[in-house]
Amino acid sequence: MKLHTFAVYVEDQPGVLNRVSSLFRRRAFNIHSLSVGTTETPGVSRMTIVVRADANGAARIRAHLEKLVPVLRVESIGDHAAVVRDLALIKVSADHETRASVMQLAQVFHGRVVDVAAGSLVVEICASESKVDGLIEVLRPYGVLEMVRTGRVALGRGSVAEAARDTAAIEPEAEHGLSCSV
Amino acid sequence: MKLTGAQILWECLVREGVTEIFGYPGGAILPAYDAMLDYPIRHTLVRHEQGATHMADGYARASGRVGVAIATSGPGATNMVTGIATAMMDSSPIVCITGQVGSRLIGTDAFQEIDITGITLPVTKHNYLVTSPDEIARTVREAFAIAQSGRPGPVLIDLTKDAQQASCEFDWDGAAPRRSLRPDAPLLSRESLAEAAALIDAAERPVILAGHGVMISGAERALRDFAERAHVPVATTLLGIGGFPASHPLNLGMMGMHGEAWVNVAIQEADLLVACGMRFDDRVTGSLKTYAPRAKKIHIEIDPSEINKNVHADVALVADLRHALERLLPVIANGDRTAWLASIDASRGDSAVRDIQSLPDDGHLYAAHVINDLWRATRGGDTIIVTDVGQHQMWEAQYYHHDEPRSLITSGGLGTMGFAVPAAIGAKRARPDAEVWAIVGDGGFQMTMCELATAVQDGIAIKVAIINNGFLGMVRQWQEFFYERRYAATPLSGPNFVKLAEAFGIRGHAVTARAGVLPAIDDARRRDGPVVIDFRVEQEDTVYPMVPAGAALHAMIRRPGPSLAEGRNPIVETAAD
Repeated sequence: MKLHTFAVYVEDQPGVLNRVSSLFRRRAFNIHSLSVGTTETPGVSRMTIVVRADANGAARIRAHLEKLVPVLRVESIGDHAAVVRDLALIKVSADHETRASVMQLAQVFHGRVVDVAAGSLVVEICASESKVDGLIEVLRPYGVLEMVRTGRVALGRGSVAEAARDTAAIEPEAEHGLSCSV
Repeated sequence: MKLTGAQILWECLVREGVTEIFGYPGGAILPAYDAMLDYPIRHTLVRHEQGATHMADGYARASGRVGVAIATSGPGATNMVTGIATAMMDSSPIVCITGQVGSRLIGTDAFQEIDITGITLPVTKHNYLVTSPDEIARTVREAFAIAQSGRPGPVLIDLTKDAQQASCEFDWDGAAPRRSLRPDAPLLSRESLAEAAALIDAAERPVILAGHGVMISGAERALRDFAERAHVPVATTLLGIGGFPASHPLNLGMMGMHGEAWVNVAIQEADLLVACGMRFDDRVTGSLKTYAPRAKKIHIEIDPSEINKNVHADVALVADLRHALERLLPVIANGDRTAWLASIDASRGDSAVRDIQSLPDDGHLYAAHVINDLWRATRGGDTIIVTDVGQHQMWEAQYYHHDEPRSLITSGGLGTMGFAVPAAIGAKRARPDAEVWAIVGDGGFQMTMCELATAVQDGIAIKVAIINNGFLGMVRQWQEFFYERRYAATPLSGPNFVKLAEAFGIRGHAVTARAGVLPAIDDARRRDGPVVIDFRVEQEDTVYPMVPAGAALHAMIRRPGPSLAEGRNPIVETAAD
């Protein structure tokens, strides 16, 4: 069981998110994270869905996603060929004694302080999930008051044509169910 | 041309070839019903909306065309859910149209408002909420395309009342589905076909598993050519019955939980399974851990999400079955599996002796006799048998021998009791010249017997054979095997079915002995209208053989024979069953 990332292009219409999430519920797969936003094409949204599954499960999820009518295209994103980011806003307890060290830690992780109040700071970090996890760990002793994360968003590297070719290279295997595409 | 939404609905349905529709009116669908009178559509008024969906389903399965059901909002829509789920599980193409409250009332808990698109989301291929008349044409066209394409299934269209009432320009051509619906399946590669052919040619003990997909893709002829050329025996699923003639020497019969011993043993001993349009349901495989352990598997299936779901496929051909078989035919060698067929034949052993048909008439009436006699009486004709769910369904599968496709209609996946009578009405509407029999238990009959009134009002001449044992028989059988004969809530009373038939204004017969079976059947066949026959059969009869749920496919409880009187299988039911 490992994490698999899917980029799912869907028609931007009411209820699509419900259809996609209902599929995971119905087939008893647990969504690790899901983010959705608009794309370069009007009327088309892109979801980045991360799910924990074995290779066979991932292939089935992909096949089920492709059966949904408003789903236009599904890509499996392998970590090696993609830019993967997670954005977090972390509100940390910090008074005048600890503020400097919190800011220093944020800097080490290439995070930014985006709000300062008397008793707290808000740190923004946009990085790989593990790096975000790392920053949260080191901030925890200071007191993490609130936090929000987008979940994983991902984009294949290289030109669109190359990405399409990668997808094509993956598809026959997935369709024949002989191996997983991730 | 400016039309109301309601008119556009019927314009589109007529253009899609719809002539029959099954439904029940109500407030939110009234504009559509009013407009219906102006179109060449025959409406069958059901007595419950579940019946409408089963009728649409029976219509679709009998004809291969899309069945259409219509109902109002709220309870009308929710009553359809069971029938929609039944169609979903058995890949039956139906389109259900529901009224919805006015679009400005949506979300306010208005009278008879229900979120039917939300409720049916997991049991439809797709569904639509339509709030404007200019979306209706495109939606209907898309719904019909989706219902029939790839692996067929139900589509629901929820139409708000204002969308039916408002007018707009009607443009059929402009309403062609905007995006191309996904092609039925990717093209088969030469390599995967060669791989499959190599496995087939090399196999010494191959078995073809034929499912519902044979009928859906119209692959009956292709399957026959393929099986004959490769010389491979064919086992069918419950829904695959009729896809390969029962009388064909290569037909082994039905596989699975109530399949004959030699069929299941052949599968367990096979070195290759060629699965054709079937999905390795748990009722077919038994325990997956011990399923066909020596066999390689070729899975020919149009739905990619079925590949590797239950059983690992060594070669998967994701394609329309007929297309795949026609591509395979020229690349496989002529086979000779005489030795394998002989060894399967040998494993039939004394099963003919144990078979209930060989038992002497001891004065008791057995369901198997009734069904076998019905087969003798109707064989060779254009007959459709529609069953309900339970013991009689399995006896039908065992003792009625189907040579023709679409001659058995039964609820397999969902196992919906109450299916038979309405689905038979739908089947009769689809094929009015066929003789249509509903075989139904006394439990399932009482679930939807109100639809007899539908058959009477609209002159739909179905024949109903009630296999009446005064029990919810299949559940009772499980209690007998797995719950120490503690018959919790399975003894069942019912009305006098003959008098009930008479109350509906039709002929009823009661049969209590084997000698009465054929005369009653003959009388029913001679009459023009619907007929009900109450076959009062042995109360605690059992469907054999039986593979207990979750057990290995070859670990079946066999018919008790003279030498087997002692043995009750000590098999325990588990949560996985």
